[in-house]
Amino acid sequence: MVRKIIGYSLLLLLSLPATVLAQADDAQKKYTAFDMRNNGKIYVVVTVVLIILIGLLLYVIRVDRKISKLENHN
Amino acid sequence: MRKTWWKIVCIILLIYTVVGGFLFSVPAREILHETIRNLYFHVCMWMAMMVLFTTSVIYAIRYLRSQNLKDDIYSVNFAKVGIVFGVLGYATGTVWASYTWTEYATSTQIFKEPKLLGAAIALLVYFAYLVLRGSITDVDKKAKVSAVYSIFAYIMLFPSIWILPRLLESLHPGKEGNPALNFNDLDGRLRIVFYPAIIGWTLLGVWITSLKIRLDLLKNKNILHG
Repeated sequence: MVRKIIGYSLLLLLSLPATVLAQADDAQKKYTAFDMRNNGKIYVVVTVVLIILIGLLLYVIRVDRKISKLENHN
Repeated sequence: MRKTWWKIVCIILLIYTVVGGFLFSVPAREILHETIRNLYFHVCMWMAMMVLFTTSVIYAIRYLRSQNLKDDIYSVNFAKVGIVFGVLGYATGTVWASYTWTEYATSTQIFKEPKLLGAAIALLVYFAYLVLRGSITDVDKKAKVSAVYSIFAYIMLFPSIWILPRLLESLHPGKEGNPALNFNDLDGRLRIVFYPAIIGWTLLGVWITSLKIRLDLLKNKNILHG
């Protein structure tokens, strides 16, 4: 049940438009790496950070479960 | 896992923060450039710290009224995790500053930056809280002294991170008001990630705290009553 909820919400998040449409005016081009999101392999960084984040979150969930077990034993 | 829904919310918000934080468009700013995205990470550490410290002091006051050791365990764990988030906020802030402020400020200006000094003072006051706790062996005395001290420590947050840095000349953005919640200053594109990010990181802090609390409650089961 919980896993289903997580799965569906992930799908929902990923289907969001990757960028909120914004005018690429001159300032935008000058101060932000506008092209980076297109071809600068930024998705690799996002994936790496996501792996780390999800790994840490899974770890927290594991600890949570272990403590729950301890509580139930007592 | 007890009451899972807010943990799921936490996970979803954090994943949204990372995806949106890296991929959504951000407003163009001089000097900051893409580092404006640190707003979703660095600033959220401080917001989470403030929430955790506030909860900690509420439980400290509750302890003084109830003399129930349970409240002490809540209070100290919220403070401890708050300190972790404060240290993370400080560390990320130094990295961010060293790539932005150094472009136009002298090192003297950076060393006397009130926001840095204030945050350092605030954190040191909380470090002293841990030292104080560690130095008392009697459980009830430890709880009472540290509850009183934590009220002082919390009050020290007001001048050191909320008032003084906003009165003095500062390199840190947002001294003209509340840096995080200034509605005129904050672009809509930042807000749609920033507010969920604050909630997500704060929930993560609360989650970790709740684990520590439950572990401490188990450890001290024989001396807790009720």
